[in-house]
Amino acid sequence: MTPARTSITPPQDDPVKSPAPRALNRSLLRRVVRNTLVRIGVGALLAVMALGLCAPWLGTVDPNTGDFMNINVVPGTSGEFTLFSGESVPHIYWMGSDSIGRDIYSRLLYGTRVSLAIGAQVAIVAVLAGTLIGILSGYFRQLDGPLMRLMDAVMAIPGILMAVALVSFWRGGMATVVFSIAITEIPRVARLVRSVVLSVRDEAYVEAARTLDTPTHKILWFHILPNAIAPLIVQATFICAAAILVEATLSFLGIGLPADVPTWGSVMAGGRVQFTERPDVVLFPGLFLAVTVLAINLLGDGLRDTLDPKFNKRAGP
Amino acid sequence: MTTEATPDTVLSVRDLTIHLPRGGDRPHAVRHISFDIHAGEVTCLIGESGSGKSVISQCVMGLLPSGLGVDSGTVELLGENLLAAPPGRLRSLRGTRMAMVFQEPTTALNPVMTCGAQIDELLVQHTDMDAATRRARIIEIFIRVRLPDPPRIYASYPHQLSGGQRQRICIAMATVLRPALLICDEPTTALDVTTQAEILRLIDEMRRETGTAVLFITHDFGVVADIADQVMVLRLGEAVEQGSRDAVFGQPREAYTRMLLAAVPPAVPAPRPPAEIGAVVVLASHLDKTYGASGWWRRSQPVYAVRDVSFQLRAGETLGIVGESGSGKSTVARYLARLHDTNGGSIEVGGHDYARLDRTAQSALRRKIQIVFQDPYRSLNPRRTVGDSIVEGPLNFGVSEAQAWQRAAQLMEQVHLPAHALKRYPNEFSGGQRQRICIARALACEPEILIADEAVSALDVSVQAQILKLLDEIKAAHKFSLLFITHDLRVAGQICDRVLVMHRGQIVEEGSVHRVLADPQHAYTRSLIDSLPGRHFDFGNALLETV
Repeated sequence: MTPARTSITPPQDDPVKSPAPRALNRSLLRRVVRNTLVRIGVGALLAVMALGLCAPWLGTVDPNTGDFMNINVVPGTSGEFTLFSGESVPHIYWMGSDSIGRDIYSRLLYGTRVSLAIGAQVAIVAVLAGTLIGILSGYFRQLDGPLMRLMDAVMAIPGILMAVALVSFWRGGMATVVFSIAITEIPRVARLVRSVVLSVRDEAYVEAARTLDTPTHKILWFHILPNAIAPLIVQATFICAAAILVEATLSFLGIGLPADVPTWGSVMAGGRVQFTERPDVVLFPGLFLAVTVLAINLLGDGLRDTLDPKFNKRAGP
Repeated sequence: MTTEATPDTVLSVRDLTIHLPRGGDRPHAVRHISFDIHAGEVTCLIGESGSGKSVISQCVMGLLPSGLGVDSGTVELLGENLLAAPPGRLRSLRGTRMAMVFQEPTTALNPVMTCGAQIDELLVQHTDMDAATRRARIIEIFIRVRLPDPPRIYASYPHQLSGGQRQRICIAMATVLRPALLICDEPTTALDVTTQAEILRLIDEMRRETGTAVLFITHDFGVVADIADQVMVLRLGEAVEQGSRDAVFGQPREAYTRMLLAAVPPAVPAPRPPAEIGAVVVLASHLDKTYGASGWWRRSQPVYAVRDVSFQLRAGETLGIVGESGSGKSTVARYLARLHDTNGGSIEVGGHDYARLDRTAQSALRRKIQIVFQDPYRSLNPRRTVGDSIVEGPLNFGVSEAQAWQRAAQLMEQVHLPAHALKRYPNEFSGGQRQRICIARALACEPEILIADEAVSALDVSVQAQILKLLDEIKAAHKFSLLFITHDLRVAGQICDRVLVMHRGQIVEEGSVHRVLADPQHAYTRSLIDSLPGRHFDFGNALLETV
């Protein structure tokens, strides 16, 4: 009973309304852009990304070179940094140096690249794999039982424990870390997609496509999958944030990425033993981690508010 | 049915104007509405969707959705201005002085509370009876609304009851405190026709016994003919015509009222010219469909959705399958459209047993059978343009893109829509227009058999008449067979040559539509016809010539 649906004049006399085509998507995009949470999240995230990308020009030095003359320098000290080649350059230790003389500021900025790359890759891998599994188990009834029990089994193992086990099982490296973290996130995506598929597969327009003899892959691609995109985008942001945290934990434990890759987790691990004298060694990477994860989560919340199907229901003109 | 009760005015609405939120398709939901309801009287607000009839009831109850507001006018219940009443006062008036029965009893009841407890809650809030008295009162009202075995119902959850029983619970809940005003918003729309007849009789009885004034909202002229004392016809928020039922239905003054009345299908259809009927195109024999899977340990009793159904459909014929919800009529249609399998029996289409064909032959056959669904708001993919939806079938069957689009444009004109609308999205169309698009999509495959599965049930009566006319017209032009599934015998009478009446999965009667409607043989068919609302009122036939 929406007051504004059918007019009583015969439909042939009814002028067909003419808003711009694709008005639906444009207005949705406008709503997303206007959301305060999305704005804050995107702003903070862009700032963090810029730090990572522009690291070479932001007064950093090689994050892996230790200057034995400048061990455990306190934040804000200005002095000189001896490069690997033996040459000395003037340098300000904004965040001090660690116990083998590496510049923490440089390590954190370069670590930003690693964290964001891991977050994005895990989100992509988990969404792709989870979507595939979700579609298969939602649309093909006979696959539902086996696939979902497998997902239940994966979910039953604590994510971080699983990642630790997988990383120590394989050779360390970016691909291993991404894959290990992604595996623990796949079941959540699969369940989400499966629930969307189940709610849409019996919609009349899907049945109409079946009577038109539309091949199954086209039904899935054109009629079913578009319904999952909005919740998937939201889920992807949360996975990204979780993956960054898990990667930091793995690095903190000293497993996963090789020692020559600067990460926030490894900086924190280095600061652990001298926490009482130098709490800032743990504090600065913790701050980076917190801001990044918060930014991504805010973005996710904002997207959920605007893209959630509850607010996105369009019941006719 | 006019009442001689004392002319105590229970509800008095004067010059009520309610505005819609900015950006709506019109500035006001309703404008300058005035009416009175006296004790023991039924006033019907009738109009098509979007006419503003529900907004009036929401305003009286003080439940206007946000964004809507009263611009002017007064609403007085027993002399008390409701529009000026504070929220607390309105809350205590709801339930004690006025109560409402909604369209969908399933969502109006709380699924996690027993029916008895829900009414008990109401009594606790508004009275100071002790527990035993309250229980006695509830059992008493259950008896009055004719619920079987009241103590059992008291302890039952809503899902354990049938739709009709749930609506009785809602009526019991609304009337337990003997309100002066009962508002019924489409209370029988979601119910089967036989249940609807019982509920209408019940509302009528309650009003006679207690002298409650009833504000009844409906889109169904048959219901109005059965129950109303006073009628107000609404169109786009304005009162087109108001007066006693006999005056409005007997001598409608306004063209709009006459158009609506003429669009109501008559109970007994005018005899149709015999259709040119050809060879048998569908031969269904002994179809069975059961639900209820057997478990590992115990075999559950199978439930038959369809049992031993056999029928023939001939070329050029319109065959109706009529039945209430759960009769299995849609299951038969969906099997024919190959949307699911049966457990037994066979369907031969054009002489081929469908189940024995290989994949390519099945695909070719599938093209010949197309279906138009009930809900126009769900049968088009909201993310694809109308054109994309229409060309989807032909492209699947190997027609070139250019040809498919050209044909889509022709089809749009055949269903009386502009061809340039192909590039638009479904949300830009009304329900009737969407149903036309669905018909065009089905026709794009050049079907030999078109299945209309409750294709006009969700539409307003005037739009329904147009879609029926369109189907008839297109059928004559394209020469296909039409399988028309409906719950509405009157609608079947408008379009079908022959009907099958289904009840609990079986065909109970079969014959020419005129014969079945005029001279039903089976007891169930008779009860269906007797339950038709407004059957004593000759709608379409009497008034057609006046339009």
